[in-house]
Amino acid sequence: MNRRLLRGLFYLVLLGGAITFIYPFLWMVLGTIKPEIEITTLRLLPSRVVFDSYRAVFSKIPIARAFLNSLLVASLVTSSVLVFSSLTGYALSRLTFKGKELLFSLVLFTMMMPFQITLIPMYILMVKFHWVDTYQALVVPGMVSAFGILIFRQAFKAIPGDLIDSARLDGYTEVEILFRIVWPLSKPALITVGLITFVNTWNDVLWPIIVIRDQTMMTMPQMVALFTVGGQAEAQLGNILAAATLLAIPMVAAYLLFQRYFIESMATSGLKG
Amino acid sequence: MKFTTEKSIPYILVTPYLLHFLVITAFPVIFSLILTLHRWNLLSPMQWIGGTNFSTVLTDALFWKSLWNTIRFLMIHIPLQVGIALVLAVILNQQIRARGFFRAAYFLPVVVSGVVVTILWKQLYASETGTINALLSTVGLPRVEWLTSTRIAMPAIAIMATWKNVGLYIILLLAGLQSIPRQLYEAAMLDGAGRLGQFFQITIPMLNPILLSVIILSTINGFSLFIEPYVMTGGGPLNSTLSMNLYTYRQAFVFYKMGYAATLGFTMAVIIFAVVVLERRYVERDYL
Repeated sequence: MNRRLLRGLFYLVLLGGAITFIYPFLWMVLGTIKPEIEITTLRLLPSRVVFDSYRAVFSKIPIARAFLNSLLVASLVTSSVLVFSSLTGYALSRLTFKGKELLFSLVLFTMMMPFQITLIPMYILMVKFHWVDTYQALVVPGMVSAFGILIFRQAFKAIPGDLIDSARLDGYTEVEILFRIVWPLSKPALITVGLITFVNTWNDVLWPIIVIRDQTMMTMPQMVALFTVGGQAEAQLGNILAAATLLAIPMVAAYLLFQRYFIESMATSGLKG
Repeated sequence: MKFTTEKSIPYILVTPYLLHFLVITAFPVIFSLILTLHRWNLLSPMQWIGGTNFSTVLTDALFWKSLWNTIRFLMIHIPLQVGIALVLAVILNQQIRARGFFRAAYFLPVVVSGVVVTILWKQLYASETGTINALLSTVGLPRVEWLTSTRIAMPAIAIMATWKNVGLYIILLLAGLQSIPRQLYEAAMLDGAGRLGQFFQITIPMLNPILLSVIILSTINGFSLFIEPYVMTGGGPLNSTLSMNLYTYRQAFVFYKMGYAATLGFTMAVIIFAVVVLERRYVERDYL
């Protein structure tokens, strides 16, 4: 085939792909500011801009509260994972102790365990702890991550031993070494684990649906999902799209700001997973 | 002396993890095994019923239906995922302008919540008002009953799931392609291999570990299907999109059959494990 023609074909495929991935989002966002009757037409731009859909969403469901719930839960889980997983990752990579191998196999075991097996018993545990409809139910199960431990163990191994030994000579405790010497040298690993944990916690919806029934405790994806399947949206397409757009905005904004980190982190986790 | 670290310190550091492991992993796994042998609705006391839950699973038509639905999903999802990701990654690996833009665009659905994607595609698929059918009729093709036909609803969900996830696999494969040494291609060219020959003799074998990851991750995805049928079809029409997770969820939280739901979860875990082992055996190749 002619070289030029082939290149043209390449760009055609790439562009077709880009349109396929972007157009639906564009349609969704523009659909939220159109009069209801225009949403399903093929015309992309609204004849006049209206905000009725957003007004309806904000008056029907406490979506701002759900946003704050999600933000709080994802932040707590992420900070906890960073601290606790790196404590274990540090012990596994830089310290020697009895039972280290066993501990490492426990981490691998946790990593490979399909969530389906623990879902029902975990729910019962939450019931017995009286944690249904509380932040504990959303936060505690995610507080340490096996994936985080594995990434940190790998990253901390690469730090020169001399640095750690001299810090010990200077009288640093192991915890000080971890947070003051090792952490500043492990930024890529911290970003990867932090970002993956945050995004996964933010987007999780099965677990919140199981342990949260009280509307004021719901996370954002859960509230939007229930809003669309329940009767509250009153079959108004504009309302449904507005709720979905509000749910998409925080993650898309974060992605546009930190695009490189998103792509690199998620690629790393894809290969380890 | 300060230099010798105290013996107890490593154990103190790993205590939070161990506690978490005991409560959030070990206990639930053991408890799940106990639950599979009981009947329990959370209100009355647990009732020992031996292996009854397992024999019920074997004769439960809806369980088999949900397993079959998952297999149908995977049979469409995996080839689509691998095919599209490969094509786009190979093209992006050429001298392409605005590569960064294309990468970013393909990756966008990966970061967005599955709830958003499902809501969006539910509208795109709508038979009377959906964009896809509108486009089809513009070019003179018949409308498709995407979500209301028992034959097409599951493939429709598989297409949507591919759209959501393929960006991640494009990135993974692109990284893999860029790490293949140029010399391999030059040597093949000297041996007279054409473009197609190079692709099958070098590119595909060198990408094998990544292709294996793509297949395994897509499999786990398929078995985790929940919110997609929950929001899009409610498992219908006629249970044709009832996923295994959705079925387990119903047994647990609509019918309050905790023992049976735990048995379904346990069975699913065994199936996932078996499928992943099989995929490793038949896909993984040691080319070196």
